[in-house]
Amino acid sequence: MAAKAIGPVRRTFAPWDDPAAPPFIEFRNVTKRFGDFVAVDNLSLTIYEREFFALLGPSGCGKTTLMRMVAGFEEPTEGEVLLDGQDLAGVPPYRRPTNMMFQSYALFPHMTIEANIAFGLKQDRMPKAEINARVEEMLTLVKLTPFAKRKPHQLSGGQKQRVALARSLARKPKVLLLDEPLGALDKKLREETQFELVDLQQELGLTFLIVTHDQEEAMTVADRVAIMDHGRIMQVATPAEVYEQPNSRYVADFIGDINLIEGRIVDRAGGRVWLDCGEAGGMIEVEQAMEAATGDDAWFAIRPEKISLSLEAPAAPSVNCITGEVWDIGYLGDVSIYHVRLPDGTTMKSTVTNRTRLVERQITWDDRVWLTWPRDAGVVLTR
Amino acid sequence: MTTVDSPGRHDTANRPNPARWLVVAIPYVWLFLLFLIPFLIVLKISFSLTAIAQPPYTPVLDLGGGISGVIEAFKEFTVENYLWLTEDALYAKAYLSSIEIAVVSTALVLLVGYPIAYGMARAPKAIQPMLLMLIILPFWTSFLIRVYSWIGILKKEGLLNQFLLWLGVISKPLTILNTDTAVYIGIVYSYLPFMILPLYAALERLDPTLLEAAADLGCRPSRAFWRVTFPLSLPGVIAGCFLVFIPVTGEFVIPDLLGGSNTLMIGRTLWNEFFSNRDWPLASAVAVVLLLILVVPIVIFQNRAERGEGAINKVPM
Repeated sequence: MAAKAIGPVRRTFAPWDDPAAPPFIEFRNVTKRFGDFVAVDNLSLTIYEREFFALLGPSGCGKTTLMRMVAGFEEPTEGEVLLDGQDLAGVPPYRRPTNMMFQSYALFPHMTIEANIAFGLKQDRMPKAEINARVEEMLTLVKLTPFAKRKPHQLSGGQKQRVALARSLARKPKVLLLDEPLGALDKKLREETQFELVDLQQELGLTFLIVTHDQEEAMTVADRVAIMDHGRIMQVATPAEVYEQPNSRYVADFIGDINLIEGRIVDRAGGRVWLDCGEAGGMIEVEQAMEAATGDDAWFAIRPEKISLSLEAPAAPSVNCITGEVWDIGYLGDVSIYHVRLPDGTTMKSTVTNRTRLVERQITWDDRVWLTWPRDAGVVLTR
Repeated sequence: MTTVDSPGRHDTANRPNPARWLVVAIPYVWLFLLFLIPFLIVLKISFSLTAIAQPPYTPVLDLGGGISGVIEAFKEFTVENYLWLTEDALYAKAYLSSIEIAVVSTALVLLVGYPIAYGMARAPKAIQPMLLMLIILPFWTSFLIRVYSWIGILKKEGLLNQFLLWLGVISKPLTILNTDTAVYIGIVYSYLPFMILPLYAALERLDPTLLEAAADLGCRPSRAFWRVTFPLSLPGVIAGCFLVFIPVTGEFVIPDLLGGSNTLMIGRTLWNEFFSNRDWPLASAVAVVLLLILVVPIVIFQNRAERGEGAINKVPM
């Protein structure tokens, strides 16, 4: 696997900010209907070469359908799918320069690991010596050389996953499609494999399109994430943007944990917004440039880990300070989640890192606590 | 004894459990009473000689005579019937022709049955039970009647000839009944369900994602059939072929009703020896040899499966 020194490379890789960058995979107003059910709803999306792109959403949101349209297993009802400038309409799956890693791995049970990996190469009528060399290379890549002669049912889940990966990479596709590739692995193996996938993608310089319902997975591996719901894309952005600057309550709620407080915009000035959240949060001040007009309904969204919790009222009157009672404490080992009940009955969550051991914990049930956060910790959402 | 098990537990494990013993014993008792004993009787008769008596062979095993009586009987045993099978070319011809008819008709049944089973397995899930039902439906009518009805279809003035004449495909009626063709038609028709059912079972559990994977890897559908679908359906193909080949080899009713005088099959020969010639010992010898001929391919298959090539039977994931 490649060395981990990829940070700077990845940070400078942002073709989506470059208007001149040529699109690699392009969905143009794509709609897909199955009978009355609209799986993909007038969707447009551009993915760039060498990008690791994640389609994220709950089951039934259309993400798999979208991927299957690239593979050729589904044709769009309306709209076009383009790959490297070529319209894919009518191109059967076996003629597309894409390969897919299936959720169930779909390894051929009657063939050895070797034969599985060689399968695609044989279809391309590659000379035998070259096939052998490539299979060898792929086996080395996924560290399965000793298992070459085994049959799939003789491998563990993690090994099968790597065979499936090797098989889909063997033909050096222009795009590798990964359909919930790590769904069947246990948590620890999944986390390891996520990093391996990223390294692999860097090393091979291919475009990866991954479908997943696991937001952590999408955040870990992807350059950009598209959050989908009901066949539409809710937001496309880098993992950090999606997390820090969600554009809607749906996205904010889907990615990680979030506190949402309903309110009304009362003022805007100098890149700041004031939100009247009534009894729940009082007046909240947020550093954010936005379009919304005064008087609009809005929601204040803040991540639990951005809220500080203290037993005493802040000495100096601070912006964004509300008080409540500790209702419940969720101990997760590394962090504890404090559920604080506000005067109006709503609950705010605050995550506190457990730097000290549990016995020394200061805040406990029914304590009166003060929640504070800086102006730039949360965002105001209008939809 | 270094076991950590308590002695009490050990006792329970070793105590014979009557109910469990019974469950294991039932199939063995069944096979012993209804297969092994009848087979031994037939085997014994095959070593006997014909006699104009009741029963029509000698020696008759008289268990009342004690051990000495049994030994006496054994001394009279003869392999003459088996020698006779080799002397008269009729039997060898009948065996060979039976096997030939069985091989050809098994191939035909496979050829006709595979597309049907494939179509059933690919049909919408909702109608599959109904299709399965349609395959089994003919069993509701007597086998004999169904074969008889083919006489009405295949005879000179039969439905098939009338239909072909009406179509203008032929100008005078074809002779189909009482030929090998009629036998093949009868066999393919009668044994089709035995081929379709195991094939359907194998094809139905085939993961359609595997075909998507094949297509994704650049394999066109026709090639994917031979490289993925067919190899994975082999257990069904083998099971279906056995279920057809074995009974067809000994088939008696179909060649008797639809075949001509020159349709030679061992089942018919057997019948003639038993009931026309009343030569029970020779008929028994014919039956024993037939059994041996059929056992050979089964043993070969079993060995193959045990060598681990049966791994394709394992359901993927």
